Amino acid sequence: MISICFYFQVHQPFRLKKNYSFFDIGANHFYEDEDSNRAILNKVSEKCYVPMNRLLLELINKYSGRFKVAFSLTGIAVEQFKKYNPDVLELFKELADTGCVEFINETYYHSLAFLFSKSNFKKQVLKHKRLIKELFNQNAKTFRNTELIYNNELARFIEDMGYTTILAEGADHILGWRSPNYLYQPAGCYKINVLLKNYKLSDDIAFRFSNRGWEEFPLTAEKYASWLHNIAGNGEIINLFMDYETFGEHQWQDTGIFNFFRKLPEEIFKHPDFQFINPDQAQDYYTPVAQIDVPYFVSWADIERDLTAWLGNPLQNSSIEAVYALEKKVMNTGDKDLIAVWHKLLTSDHFYYMCTKWFSDGDVHKYFNPYETPYDAYIVYMNVLNDLNETIIHRQHSKKKKRGIAHGQS
Amino acid sequence: MKVLMFGWEFPPFISGGLGMACYGITRGLINNDVEIRLVLPTKRGIYAENQIEIVAADEVELTEHYRSLLESSFSFKTGKEMLANSISPYYTQSSAVEFFNKYQHLMNQEAGTHGSSVMAFSGNYGKDLMNEVFRYSITGEYMGTLKDFDIIHAHDWVSILAGVAAKRISGKPLILHIHATEYDRSGENINHNVFNIEKFGMEQADKIVAVSYYTKNAIISHYAIDPHKIVVVHNAVEKQKQIERFGIQKNLKDKYVLFLGRITMQKGPDYFIEAAKLVLKKIKNVRFIMAGSGDMMPKLISRAATLKITDKFHFTGFLNRVEVEKMYAMSDLYVMPSVSEPFGITAFEALLYDVPIILSKQSGVSEVLKDAIQVDFWDVEKLASVIINLLQDEKLAKEIVDKCQHELKNIHWNNAGYKLKNLYHAISFSHS
Repeated sequence: MISICFYFQVHQPFRLKKNYSFFDIGANHFYEDEDSNRAILNKVSEKCYVPMNRLLLELINKYSGRFKVAFSLTGIAVEQFKKYNPDVLELFKELADTGCVEFINETYYHSLAFLFSKSNFKKQVLKHKRLIKELFNQNAKTFRNTELIYNNELARFIEDMGYTTILAEGADHILGWRSPNYLYQPAGCYKINVLLKNYKLSDDIAFRFSNRGWEEFPLTAEKYASWLHNIAGNGEIINLFMDYETFGEHQWQDTGIFNFFRKLPEEIFKHPDFQFINPDQAQDYYTPVAQIDVPYFVSWADIERDLTAWLGNPLQNSSIEAVYALEKKVMNTGDKDLIAVWHKLLTSDHFYYMCTKWFSDGDVHKYFNPYETPYDAYIVYMNVLNDLNETIIHRQHSKKKKRGIAHGQS
Repeated sequence: MKVLMFGWEFPPFISGGLGMACYGITRGLINNDVEIRLVLPTKRGIYAENQIEIVAADEVELTEHYRSLLESSFSFKTGKEMLANSISPYYTQSSAVEFFNKYQHLMNQEAGTHGSSVMAFSGNYGKDLMNEVFRYSITGEYMGTLKDFDIIHAHDWVSILAGVAAKRISGKPLILHIHATEYDRSGENINHNVFNIEKFGMEQADKIVAVSYYTKNAIISHYAIDPHKIVVVHNAVEKQKQIERFGIQKNLKDKYVLFLGRITMQKGPDYFIEAAKLVLKKIKNVRFIMAGSGDMMPKLISRAATLKITDKFHFTGFLNRVEVEKMYAMSDLYVMPSVSEPFGITAFEALLYDVPIILSKQSGVSEVLKDAIQVDFWDVEKLASVIINLLQDEKLAKEIVDKCQHELKNIHWNNAGYKLKNLYHAISFSHS
């Protein structure tokens, strides 16, 4: 049997107020742009999450358990659903109840914590694990790191945390001549397996579907299924990983994306050797064909498939170092709200907005970027961070004072 | 005495010192009983001034007869020639774009929306701007035909063609007021078309007013103009209404060191950053604020990020007048590290808020404020050490403010207006 493994990423950052200025430092401690966060969440819910969740439910019912998909919902996306649109969360719970949908783990705050603080990374993963358990009653055995950022060290770390499957980008420079369509084992690991994204087939849907300049336009379910069927004999598992917002938000409804997806299972099932599985089932069907050695970080972003969308320029480096430098101080306050505010500043999107490489991926960056320039993003972020730092210092002083008084009385 | 004046900016639409200076000069002249007809490219959004007759070039209706007459005229031909040579920049390309972005920003504010960028460096207005300069010169020629004035007064290169056109057709004397030359704006990489217009205007003018001796020297050395033709009249600032000042609250305890101005090569913002780094190595309770926008901003933000000082070094982006007041009022020290500054009106503004100042020796205003601390713009270590000195020695800081304010009294706008009026009389007397 050849398996199709769909995994969809659901993420919405807490965007900062674009006009948070120098004058706000020390005066205004509310950083979130609630209006646009609410507006964007509701817009994407209407265009994507609601109709696509309904469609998936329809397909799961139609094929009575044979159609399967996996999701990762970031903790902060869930927080925003709870806050602005709880109905969407109910639909996800319905999906979980079918038994055909796996909810996998990642960092709660969609952060790059693995690169900067392993202890904080672990905390975030465990926080997300608890969230998924609480929402969907699933004990996740699969992990994906933010933006599919991955290397050997991460795989070993995740194996130690008890996960049995991890997802990664099937980038050319880690695969070489090998095919992504098999199960692999991370170098130096014994229990955990890695699923590698087939980026060509994934991007055919996620990026090229509505591109009129593409020679395969228009993409029909028949055509796409035939490409999958062609892999029969040359692969075992085809990993189709993409942003969930592909459906209805990046590719609008009028591109025909929903109709395409509605027909897709039927077309795939026309070949008797094809089935759908969840990531955590891969090891039940397959044994790893080889170890895959990834000493350097890969990701699923941009043509470089590396970290340069979030790190590398002085704006990104100085701001991310500055925010992680606050970790100890924030934790020492013991203030839950303050700790949550700090964690939300770890979200990778903030650093993505500061990216200054405006080449072939510039369009994608612009699409996701609420700021006019990376410099605007940097200034707002640093203003916010400076205010948070002031708040922490203030707390420390008043704590000391209180302690001083207590001592005086005793 | 009635003057036909050609300006380009007027509050609130100002891209730099020119608009405020133009405003101050008109106030000073009115107080000296000079009648003014001020011609501006547009009146939209300009504050109403009851004692000045403001003519907007974009509202002047020309009859067919005039139009045909003007089309065979001097300014039309000159303008066409200039356009053919595809001269496009206003001041410099970037400052023109900055100005128009800001204009847009203010218009947006009036409309209730808020500009979202602290940057102001995208867009392309070059060609349209030159067209405007050219159309403005036709208006100048038309205004010249009215002949109901005694003297013509034009500010900076953008209004030179209009001023010269008015002079040609009216036969009245022309004063060219130079607030900044192309060398101030662009360093050594000047735009030759702008330079040519400036030189042409300086040659055609009956007298040239320079805002400082620094500028006078530049006019002599770069444009080969007879020194006797140039008069220096220092600018000054009016004490702004300070209502907003009350209730201003400083949110952070640290001392603030302020840079305020366009973030361009001319203003030396890069030396400010380097000095900040040195200061922050020595003392901690200080923050540096760079207020304004300009073409060097991305480079400087990257530099500050690279130096890892952005926990103590802040960028505000473009500030409106109210925010500027607030900024001054909050500051403990003002630094003007200009590489080349014909005058530097912001130094006066800072003094109005009792903020001690450090000036570069290369700024024109240092001629007037002799008691201000002065350093060479390139001497970053010296700059850093005097910043530390002034922040730590409050008595010295207070003394400098007092002395500078005393010097300031001598150069009020009325004084500038008085000098200009005398100049008008002298010229029109020798002319008639």
